[in-house]
Amino acid sequence: MTAHTENRLAENRPAELDAGAEAPVFYDTDEHGHHPESGTMLGFWIYLMSDALIFAVLFATYGVLSRRYAAGPSPADLFDLPLVALNTALLLFSSITYGVAMLEAEKRRMGLTLFWLGLTGVFGLAFLGIELYEFHHMISEGAGPWRSAFLSAFFALVGTHGLHVTFGIIWLVTLMFQLPMHGFIPENHRRLMCLGMFWHFLDVIWIGVFTFVYLMGVLLA
Amino acid sequence: MSAQAESEHHDADEHTHSGSRHGTFKDYLIGFVLAAVLTAIPFWIVIYDVFRNPKVGAVVILIFAFVQIVVHMVYFLHMNSKSEGGWTVLALIFTAILVVITLAGSLWVMSHLDANMMPMSPEHMRNMP
Repeated sequence: MTAHTENRLAENRPAELDAGAEAPVFYDTDEHGHHPESGTMLGFWIYLMSDALIFAVLFATYGVLSRRYAAGPSPADLFDLPLVALNTALLLFSSITYGVAMLEAEKRRMGLTLFWLGLTGVFGLAFLGIELYEFHHMISEGAGPWRSAFLSAFFALVGTHGLHVTFGIIWLVTLMFQLPMHGFIPENHRRLMCLGMFWHFLDVIWIGVFTFVYLMGVLLA
Repeated sequence: MSAQAESEHHDADEHTHSGSRHGTFKDYLIGFVLAAVLTAIPFWIVIYDVFRNPKVGAVVILIFAFVQIVVHMVYFLHMNSKSEGGWTVLALIFTAILVVITLAGSLWVMSHLDANMMPMSPEHMRNMP
């Protein structure tokens, strides 16, 4: 590409330029220069990676404290695995419905895009509802974050994930208003892609949560 | 005329390019089926206590989790070494190294410190202020 431009420059170069002055050569090596959103996407990806580091620290804290029950309840006493499996399924469903919403947005079908985004939001809300029910159930049994180091670390890690899902849903609802208001403009497309990355990223974090916290907690307790 | 044709070609090129970046329905479907299977097996292992030795079970479900994370990265987040000129993959590798150091380092160091701690019985713990 660059070599080709250079050749053309050399052929069309006026004679007087050859005498001494160098003709300017532009090295346009950035192949994504035409996408105004590409800088945003890379920046958002780097934000997600920094968010992953926050979760890594919370996972490390949980890993260190996961057996410190302070004579309180252990994971095997507290965790209801079928409920966790249901939550995992809900989050996975919401990931694929968001993917379908992106595909419909690419075909510029407003009604279907909003329908699939709405369905994603419903799955997200169901996930949050079950998680809050679980937290409420644990706290009402006296297993709140103050009970032991294990429970402090548990509520910090799972609560932070739940908080991310909450903000993801707020973002989703905002987009469901912005989309019909402005149509499929590039800005809205960029917003959809960013939220999509955020949403799928939360699903990746949840893989770590259900494996490391719930499954291994019950298995090794 | 030729400039117009070129710009048209360029537009078409850009369109297919953005299309490939979002993935297709088939991608999402493959990812969904793989993720569902990779989720179901660890739950099955733990709920039905498939492995008699819990340590073996733990290692197996960790491997499943790792594979599922890769599946999500490829099929849902559309990671590949070419996007953004390789910068996304570079950031991901850097983060993965930091995550491994943080997790493995914390668990390793703290388990060694723990071995040196004075044992405390549940009775002691209940009488703590």
